[in-house]
Amino acid sequence: MSKFNKKKKGMAPINTASLPDIVFMLLFFFMVATTMRETTLLVKNKLPSATEIKKLEEKRLVMTIYVGAAVEDEGNKNGDKIQLNDKIAKVSDVRNFIYMSRKKVPEDEQSYMTTLIKGDQESSVGTINDIKKELREVNALKVTYATRPAAQ
Amino acid sequence: MARRDSPEINAGSMADIAFLLLIFFLVTTTMDVDAGISRKLPEKQPENVDKPIVKERNVFEVIINRNDDLLIENEYYEVKDVKELAIAFIDNGGGKGNPIAAFNETDGTECSWCGGAKDPKSSDHPNKAVISLKTDRSTSYGMYIEVQNEIGAAYTFLRNRLAMDEYGVSYSDMVEEESRATSDPATMLKLTERIKIIKAKYPEIIAEISSN
Repeated sequence: MSKFNKKKKGMAPINTASLPDIVFMLLFFFMVATTMRETTLLVKNKLPSATEIKKLEEKRLVMTIYVGAAVEDEGNKNGDKIQLNDKIAKVSDVRNFIYMSRKKVPEDEQSYMTTLIKGDQESSVGTINDIKKELREVNALKVTYATRPAAQ
Repeated sequence: MARRDSPEINAGSMADIAFLLLIFFLVTTTMDVDAGISRKLPEKQPENVDKPIVKERNVFEVIINRNDDLLIENEYYEVKDVKELAIAFIDNGGGKGNPIAAFNETDGTECSWCGGAKDPKSSDHPNKAVISLKTDRSTSYGMYIEVQNEIGAAYTFLRNRLAMDEYGVSYSDMVEEESRATSDPATMLKLTERIKIIKAKYPEIIAEISSN
């Protein structure tokens, strides 16, 4: 068994002193290039695809409304649900949601706010129209229908 | 006094800590930028408002029914046909348009930039051409977006063509350059002005009607 006990010689240990630096660099890259995931999805959300899209740059001027069947609803039997912030809400709650979102930004920027409707492609236009009607009531007229870029 | 050797700090676990942070950020953040089709909703109208009278030939009627079938001007079509038909309709230029406030016009003039067939049965002018999109409550949202996208593509095509003829740059490029805002103020001002002109010449007029 002397084979195992034999001491290896001349093998210098690899210097790992720069490893933290590399990892920190990666860390900073991800911290800068990404944004925090602020909500957990309670509805199914497979976005329709489109080509004529516009990017929404100013995150804080965007109010997001999710529309789709509930996640636990197999086969979409119970119809579309509307998610505002972190919970499922009714159409009538949209108004309040818009008012609350408006409060968070300075008054002079409120006119630039956009409502982003993230609708599941299986959801029905009726639900979206109900939301749009509410948005018109509170004069939130800028709307963006969220899509994913189409593979061309 | 003899200086004491300070013991070396073991930095071996530094990498572990950094990895932990890295993984935390990878999990809790997203990379994607939100993008989509932008539309402006019409303002809320008072109850007894006078409805504007629009000639039937200036209306391009698109209907999507509850089974996601597409009916354009009373004929069946597929989604891929929408763009071409919409372009032909908007760009027809068969008569005089509404006066354009941006050009200080008092009377409507003919569309000098249109390349359409000038069919008297189709639209008069791009600023009179209304695309009416009628949907049912049960129409699928995916289909609705597809059609909206095609209509948007028709306008983009026409605006691109016009911008190419007038300024030698496509409209999409102009909009992108404006959003980047890297040029000097004078160039930016010119760019904004040009975009405004193109938009005035091909305004996006989409009327949405929902039936229950």
